[in-house]
Amino acid sequence: MLIDMIGRLGRQGVAGITATGRAGFMLFHALVGRPQPKKHFPLLIQQLQVVGVQSVAIILVSGLFIGMVLALQGYNVLVDFGAEGSLGPLVSLSLLRELGPVVTGLLFAGRAGSALTAELGLMKATEQLSSLEMMGIDPLRRVVAPRFWAGFISMPLLALMFSLIGIWGAKLVGVDWLGVDEGGFWSAMQAAVDWQQDIMQGVIKSLVFALVVTWIALFNGFDAQPTAAGISQATTRTVVHSSLAVLGLDFALTAVMFG
Amino acid sequence: MKYSKLEFSVGCFMLAGIGALLLLAFKVAGVSVNGQGESYTLYAKFDNIGGLKVRSPVKVGGVVVGRVSQITLDPKDQVPVVTLTVSRSAGEFAESSTAVIQTSGLLGEQYLGLSPGFVDEDMGIGMLKDGDTITDTQSALVLEELIGKFIYSIGDK
Repeated sequence: MLIDMIGRLGRQGVAGITATGRAGFMLFHALVGRPQPKKHFPLLIQQLQVVGVQSVAIILVSGLFIGMVLALQGYNVLVDFGAEGSLGPLVSLSLLRELGPVVTGLLFAGRAGSALTAELGLMKATEQLSSLEMMGIDPLRRVVAPRFWAGFISMPLLALMFSLIGIWGAKLVGVDWLGVDEGGFWSAMQAAVDWQQDIMQGVIKSLVFALVVTWIALFNGFDAQPTAAGISQATTRTVVHSSLAVLGLDFALTAVMFG
Repeated sequence: MKYSKLEFSVGCFMLAGIGALLLLAFKVAGVSVNGQGESYTLYAKFDNIGGLKVRSPVKVGGVVVGRVSQITLDPKDQVPVVTLTVSRSAGEFAESSTAVIQTSGLLGEQYLGLSPGFVDEDMGIGMLKDGDTITDTQSALVLEELIGKFIYSIGDK
């Protein structure tokens, strides 16, 4: 009984470590190698369209609502202290530092990450990846690399759009609806937000999340059991693991950056 | 060279992202390229600037006419020197104008209040020009100091 338990734990541990190793090898082989811009650039554009452009709508809509709800809740608390002038800094700092990168990461995992996993999983199940290899084309360079770079490039851009539209939504609710003074709203925000400390740290965060989310998504797809159940499991794993990774890494990064 | 629809939409996406970065930088973080409109610089020395910060507003009768652009310590007198950037559209101020560090509300942000003075040519009081120093200043009211003084004054009785 006890030996059984320890054995199972050991097997899970070994499986986890080998999976991490395989994931590392996959990423390494996909990214390292002689660049062939002529061949790979059109593929990258194609993936930027699928991963980036098609995620813009969901990012903009959720950013707008999150900014609006932050302004509404923040106003209700701040107005008791006569401090509704601090609404601008409250909204802009929470969006730029935390919510922009994190919520974009979560939405990106759900919207684009799951799609990447399912696509790669089905490619594997229908033996498209093996056929590529038969033709002497490295599927890692041809299939995985452009998807990875597309995710890595588009997520910071999406996070910036998210923060921007969120701040605009907060201005709509705070200034136009609740009647916070517009000049105070912007000037307090400009006094509080620092280009390097806040905006760039947010961009660095979203770059880290982009790396982790696309990596997890691509590996789960590449490593999926080539069956219907396997693909569904892999897709679930992508969303769960990348959401957890984003939230956990966010804490670690915040602790390092803002102490 | 012809571009496909796909390339065009990806281009728009990248532009939107970069545009968002620039808008955040200029509108939200307030990175400015040489300010807006014509402005001139004045200096003011204080004993204590309290919580005044760079980019704090300069107000005349509650109207924002400029910003604090720099706060340094005078190495000779060891008092803070505040550099103000005042917009030209607010006009010029007399040399007898006073600069007071004030607080908006009881616990709000601190700002620099300018009260315009008078011009008297017989007494040799003219207008403040670019680079002049405001001599008549009043330091920030530090709440803790006030409370401290109050407590000591009770103790003396």
